[in-house]
Amino acid sequence: MAHATMADDLTEFHHPKTFIGKYVWSQDHKVIAVQYTITAVLVGLVALVLSWLMRLQIGFPGMFEFIDADSYYQYTTMHGMIMVIYLLTALFLGGFGNYLIPLMIGARDMVFPFLNMLSYWVYLLAVIILMASFFVPGGPTGAGWTLYPPQAILAGTPGHEWGILLMLMSLVVFIVAFTMGGLNYVTTVLQGRTKGMTLMRMPLSVWGIFVATILGLLAFPALLVSGIMMTLDKLIHTSFFMPAIVSMGEQLDYGGGSPVLFQHLFWFFGHPEVYIVALPAFGIVSDILSTHARKNIFGYRMMVWAILVIGGLSFIVWAHHMYVSGMNPFFGFFFATTTLIIAVPTAIKVYNWVLTLWKGDIHLTVPMMFSIGFVFTFINGGLTGLFLGNVAVDVPLSDTYFVIAHFHMVMGVSPVLVVFAALYHWFPKITGKMFNQKLGYIHFWGTFLGTYAIYLPMHYLGILGMPRRYYDYMDSAFIPDSAYLMNQSITIAALIVGAFQFVFIVNVIISLIKGKKAEANPWRAASLEWQTPDNPPAHGNWGDKLPVVHRWAYDYSVPGAAEDFLPQNMPRGQDPGAQEENT
Amino acid sequence: MNIFQKLAVKPWSDDAHVAMTAQGGFAAPDAKIGLRFFLFVVSVLFFLLTAAYFMRKGMMDWRSLPLPPLLWLNTLVLVAASLALQWAKNSGNAGDAKQLHNGLLLGGVLTTVFLLGQLSVWQDLRSLGYFATTNPSNAFFYLFTGLHALHMLGGMVAWGRAMNRSWRGDLDIEELTLRTDLCAAYWHYLLLIWLYVFGLLTVT
Repeated sequence: MAHATMADDLTEFHHPKTFIGKYVWSQDHKVIAVQYTITAVLVGLVALVLSWLMRLQIGFPGMFEFIDADSYYQYTTMHGMIMVIYLLTALFLGGFGNYLIPLMIGARDMVFPFLNMLSYWVYLLAVIILMASFFVPGGPTGAGWTLYPPQAILAGTPGHEWGILLMLMSLVVFIVAFTMGGLNYVTTVLQGRTKGMTLMRMPLSVWGIFVATILGLLAFPALLVSGIMMTLDKLIHTSFFMPAIVSMGEQLDYGGGSPVLFQHLFWFFGHPEVYIVALPAFGIVSDILSTHARKNIFGYRMMVWAILVIGGLSFIVWAHHMYVSGMNPFFGFFFATTTLIIAVPTAIKVYNWVLTLWKGDIHLTVPMMFSIGFVFTFINGGLTGLFLGNVAVDVPLSDTYFVIAHFHMVMGVSPVLVVFAALYHWFPKITGKMFNQKLGYIHFWGTFLGTYAIYLPMHYLGILGMPRRYYDYMDSAFIPDSAYLMNQSITIAALIVGAFQFVFIVNVIISLIKGKKAEANPWRAASLEWQTPDNPPAHGNWGDKLPVVHRWAYDYSVPGAAEDFLPQNMPRGQDPGAQEENT
Repeated sequence: MNIFQKLAVKPWSDDAHVAMTAQGGFAAPDAKIGLRFFLFVVSVLFFLLTAAYFMRKGMMDWRSLPLPPLLWLNTLVLVAASLALQWAKNSGNAGDAKQLHNGLLLGGVLTTVFLLGQLSVWQDLRSLGYFATTNPSNAFFYLFTGLHALHMLGGMVAWGRAMNRSWRGDLDIEELTLRTDLCAAYWHYLLLIWLYVFGLLTVT
């Protein structure tokens, strides 16, 4: 019963014939994954351009007349929200989750294909609502990506009439889309696994996506609740979050509400959100490192446990975003402690990645470069997290560029490096074409070195006391001239890094048109998605017969084996050498 | 194997291989597993709303509103709707398509009565001057009941699809029973949530 559409006969599998059925209203998880990815990348490019505009203002204040204080805050708000929710969350779960889960666990599709299709179209609707806010009177909201009330809905904040409403509406629609997708991913991982694919044989990518999806299902309701409550505060003037306020000399009809309540709800979503992005990245990077170092992942079980522990802990650290919010100071001690504890499983993962590389047969392919770049960057960003996790250090640093540097390193650059690692790694599988290696390396070095040119100096600016959120520093006396010079150099680096991303786009387009046909398994990877009968996999993934899994996904360089990898679906006993070693 | 034993398996060893040949997954149908996760999400939603309720209640301006007695009647109607769907499901299991149809229909009608009853509670409160803006306790009342009603409406969509197929009679009884079963499970759970919400609003 549970596997009616998963069983070996294809009778229930309806193959669409028309172009629209195949590529537009498609229920095929692979097509939906590509739809998610393209939409997320396009909306991400908008956010990239917004970051350019922001940096132009910070680096060269006053030089561009169309950037005023209002538009600056609109850029930062939209940049943050798009990057975190509409790009990274959608790409990791909607994109990679959709593509990888069924292929990696040996299923023909998601268990609810129709819901899956609906999930994408509702996501697209959320994106359209969000983009529409650029065209309404007053423009998009400039409340900051955290949308803190009371200022988010009051006069004086850009977009306080239309922009904020569209933002809240878009978020609610996004959460609906995510819930539809998320239920699908979780149920598919639990129910759709092929014979022999036990939980502890799943590749870490699937583990990361699986646990991240559960986090999302638990965390997004907090954003939903706070979004609905703020919409009511805005539209019908309830006072959930709004205290008594005098605005522009006029007493507003709000009273008694608690802005800190919003912050609690927001960060109860917001902190797990970091791990909703990070856990899939952790999983994917583990698989790529292992494949390209021709070595099994070090400490597989510990990696799984660490993912689970991080997922659990991520729900009891949220108030470390609120040390300066005026909440009860005793909370700070508790949340600082949990924050430091979460560093333990995270550090275990980092050690295991490094130990996987240790004495590995490292192939410095493009995906490998991005993955190693991720490990570097994640360590950098993670270490500054230890600073900010402590109340006493956080209070003076909280409003400075140090925070910007920290979170861009740890949840901006790091996951994006994994996104690219993954896109390059699975490009031959998704498209059947090989990408251009040279352009790939150029893209890597430009992105990797460039982001360091942006964010390393920001740590320094932060320690110098340079406040964030300012649109113009107006020659403040405490900021030395060198800081302005540094800001210019950061801006130039940001422009260059942004431009390097177009190398990737060009690479994709050129490779799709002129790229040479990829082999079915160019990285000689052991996991199941590389063992499909067709490349790229056809609708239904596995032809007539579902694969049977006989081993874990990391049998690389098994001593005595004829090949340096043993695919997951290779029966045991066929390779005597391997059998001997395994006992 | 319990979950801890499963997570302790060494996937690279041969010993593990023996224990790992079985097909994964629960025996329950996929749709039931999906529904359970969804109900989990719904619970989180109402749990967070409760947390917000208590935080906001701690503020100075809170004045509880009197709950209209009609809510008790509505509660009984919802209990009856839940029972009707259970009856429909049991009839389906016994292979009785006719009774299943009747139970399903009754469940839907009773739920509609419940929703109209809730609407009338809203109107009563408004006519007495308990607007959402006058006090946060009123706002929370509307928010709790409104979100619950929205979830019931979402359930009515699933119910409508099952009802439609039952009317047309083009679905075999097992499939129809599964759909009724899913509806019944959802209704029972939302009934629990309603009792929780009603209790919360009555006690505090």
